[in-house]
Amino acid sequence: MDKVIMAKDLSLSYSNNETIINQVNFSINSGDFVFITGASGSGKSTLLKSIYGALKPKQGSLIVGGVELKGVLKSKLNFLRRHIGIVFQDYKLIKEWTIEKNIMLPLIINGYDKSITQSQVQKLLKHVRLNHQSGKYPLELSGGEQQRVAMARALAHNPILILADEPTGNLDDYSSQLIWNLLEGAKSQLNTTIVVVTHHIPESINVDYKHFHIEYGSIHEVN
Amino acid sequence: MKSIKNHLSLIIALLSILFSIQVFIIADRSIDAYKEKLANNYSVVVVSQKRLTDKTLLGINKIISSVTELEPDGIIKRLNANISPKNTELLKLTLPKFYKLKLKYFPTPDEINELTQDLLKNKNIKKVEDFSHTHDTTYKLLLLFKGVITVFSISMLVVTILLIFKELKIWQFNHSERMNVMGLFGAPVWLRSAVLFRLSIVDALIASVLAFIVFAYISSSTWILQHFSDVGIEVQMFNPVNDFLFLLVIAITLSILLASLIVLGHKEEV
Repeated sequence: MDKVIMAKDLSLSYSNNETIINQVNFSINSGDFVFITGASGSGKSTLLKSIYGALKPKQGSLIVGGVELKGVLKSKLNFLRRHIGIVFQDYKLIKEWTIEKNIMLPLIINGYDKSITQSQVQKLLKHVRLNHQSGKYPLELSGGEQQRVAMARALAHNPILILADEPTGNLDDYSSQLIWNLLEGAKSQLNTTIVVVTHHIPESINVDYKHFHIEYGSIHEVN
Repeated sequence: MKSIKNHLSLIIALLSILFSIQVFIIADRSIDAYKEKLANNYSVVVVSQKRLTDKTLLGINKIISSVTELEPDGIIKRLNANISPKNTELLKLTLPKFYKLKLKYFPTPDEINELTQDLLKNKNIKKVEDFSHTHDTTYKLLLLFKGVITVFSISMLVVTILLIFKELKIWQFNHSERMNVMGLFGAPVWLRSAVLFRLSIVDALIASVLAFIVFAYISSSTWILQHFSDVGIEVQMFNPVNDFLFLLVIAITLSILLASLIVLGHKEEV
């Protein structure tokens, strides 16, 4: 089975040099659904940032989609990111764009045809139950609705990997369930690799998953 | 509303830069036109022992455009009206020759000095009257006027550039969020900054069009035209094609530079 993410002796730290993740080894296969848990400040989000290249490895090696992220060139990193869908806890939607255009973003970046872009966006808006609000701006929506837009954006270009940082952290049950359903659908229907950072694994989850736990800078798989 | 305010700030800043540049151009053209007028009225008088050909005098310095020999009749008449015609003819032959030299343009004091020295190198030329005192005063006045306009334009330029730098920080803040998000999805730099470049080019176009309207109005104002006419010069204050294109290129270059600085100064969020 292809390895989508492979970390070897990986250490991560911010500019203050305090090591957050210390010489960890793990790998994630194509099509895996992975939960990463840990206490607040344990380094879950830091690890996720390093997977999409926002934080370079301090030591060791981190290979994502066949690209070594230590010392990666900007152009290569951009290429990799075009195949990743990211869902942030704070949504990171572009405020001056309508939700329709926000969902279009990865399709525009990947140079999709306008007609394909339009039909894909309409399909996703239906999936996240926001087809009646396509012309609205992010700040006109509730937190749950904004996160559903962010989810649709992450799925828009059928990425090989979806990274989600506490995607249901502040959401109501309805929006949370909708997000889990979409992530499960992506795994089962498109064999997308999914990595979710969360405090709690939802009981309602209906797919096989792996569980990694981070503690004191180390990562271990929970059986 | 906030976005319009940001646009207006850049448009006004660009407009004031274009305004100061065009005012400088108008001042320069006016000075040139006035110099030309002065050059037409200015001449150097040369006194020579022997008759000199036009070719000899024209060859002394490139600045000389034409030579006119002054008739001595007037001078003789003033000396004594009772001189016999025979003596008058004799006097005419012994009197030195006077030449009026017209110049191609209004010279600088150094050029006048150089011309005088060149003329005096000719052994037949005994005296050169360059009216340097009158010339110097006029020339210094022109220089003062040009200096004041230059200082005014440069001050405006400096203040506006400082304003633009302040604007740059606001733009950086406004655009960094969108650029960050686009970067997280792998957008290349050109795509991330496309909106920024488009906005700044639109602002440059608006500022240029406003400058066009302002200067087209000024150049057709009878009040201003009358002032130029009173001084005796004719100046094209604003060429609707060449000047507009020049201002447009300046505005677009500045806004592209501004946008590039924002893109270069953008730091990706970690």
